[in-house]
Amino acid sequence: MCLAIPGKITSISGQDPLLRMGKVDFGGILKEASLAYVPEANIGDYVIVHVGFAISRLDEAEANKVFEYLREMEDLSELEETGQKKARKNSKRI
Amino acid sequence: MKYLDEYRDGGAARKYAQEIAHVTTRPWNLMEVCGGQTHAIVKFGLDELLPKQVTLIHGPGCPVCVTPLELIDKALEIAARPEVIFCSFGDMLRVPGSSTDLLSVKARGGDVRIVYSPLDAVKLAVQQPSKEIVFFGVGFETTAPATAMAVYQAAKTGLKNFSLLVSHVLVPPAMEAILSSPQCQVQGFLAAGHVCTVMGYEEYLPIAAKDKVPIVVTGFEPVDILQGVLMCLEQLESGRAEVENQYTRAVRREGNQPAQQLIREVFRVIPRKWRGVGEIQQSGLGLSDAYAAFDAERRFGVAELRVDESSECLSGLVLQGQIKPHECPAFGTRCTPEHPLGATMVSSEGACAAYYRYRRPEVEHV
Repeated sequence: MCLAIPGKITSISGQDPLLRMGKVDFGGILKEASLAYVPEANIGDYVIVHVGFAISRLDEAEANKVFEYLREMEDLSELEETGQKKARKNSKRI
Repeated sequence: MKYLDEYRDGGAARKYAQEIAHVTTRPWNLMEVCGGQTHAIVKFGLDELLPKQVTLIHGPGCPVCVTPLELIDKALEIAARPEVIFCSFGDMLRVPGSSTDLLSVKARGGDVRIVYSPLDAVKLAVQQPSKEIVFFGVGFETTAPATAMAVYQAAKTGLKNFSLLVSHVLVPPAMEAILSSPQCQVQGFLAAGHVCTVMGYEEYLPIAAKDKVPIVVTGFEPVDILQGVLMCLEQLESGRAEVENQYTRAVRREGNQPAQQLIREVFRVIPRKWRGVGEIQQSGLGLSDAYAAFDAERRFGVAELRVDESSECLSGLVLQGQIKPHECPAFGTRCTPEHPLGATMVSSEGACAAYYRYRRPEVEHV
């Protein structure tokens, strides 16, 4: 079952790394999750949780790349459009 | 919700759809592996945003759907025993076995409980020392770290009344089996994002190279899936066959190392039968020798049963992407979520369930 959702760690308990548990906030719903597999995660980090286990810490910089790519595509298509407009202008002059 | 809502933005989705139309010059068939991705595609109508030449084939990434009939029957036998509290993820409860299902066993007095996490089952075992607690470990590599931890903790604390009915399956062997089928139409894959969160994506490199198929590790939200499709198509259009990662916010190439370590400690790779597909070599996880005592099949001596599938159920063909759910004659008539013939109509990740829930008015046989 690949159903896993992102949530924000609001508190952490447990000393033993394998028993580390966190309270995770899923848009207002708080649930406990094991942090055994994300030893690097801290309060305030976002994690992906599957069946009560955080399996990855979300990387904010990478998360934004999905939208940066779109902005780049927009810039490129604008350049294309401008280039096409210029080409049409030039061809009219001739 | 952060990291969720922004990936459901209609504007971003449409922009990706436009770019897809822009780069597509020929027909292509892509397979999305994970059932969670299938649901998102059907629910948000992503396939309808794509140019007609791009076909999305739904893959077998629904662990509930591929759990073999024999294992369901073993679960039913164990669950019916008076000393057992049988714990399972919710959507296993209505998967039909040969003659009944877990929910019916519960209705007849069996102690069957839905749990959110395998650790809940371990807690139950601690709280109820006079009962035998059995957890039904169904899932791909995404779930294996959770069941591994449950068994590991049970072993560490010397828990005598906990055992695991193991039904874990692995994705890469399933992809290879699909590629080796003579009917295979798949030219590129959207790999299961959360499986790769755990396992990384190095094991896909030899598959991409050998079968010359692009494989793009993809997330589950509409914008993720559309970006994954775009990346896959760009590869196909330019003749490349590489492994790429769309889901970079959650997936690293090496995956989750502590999780993989515990999987290797508690489990070993074994052959597994996939319901509707048949046996695939090296495609499942079983308990390693050190943890064999926690194997419920062994503990309860459940006999090897020979069972035949309902001949009407075409789940197997759906799981291999050879037919779409609505092409099955029983879809929506003799097979519905309330009275399913097979697991694909029951599971929250099953393709038939997705089509029934989101597409029925368009595809219903009248």
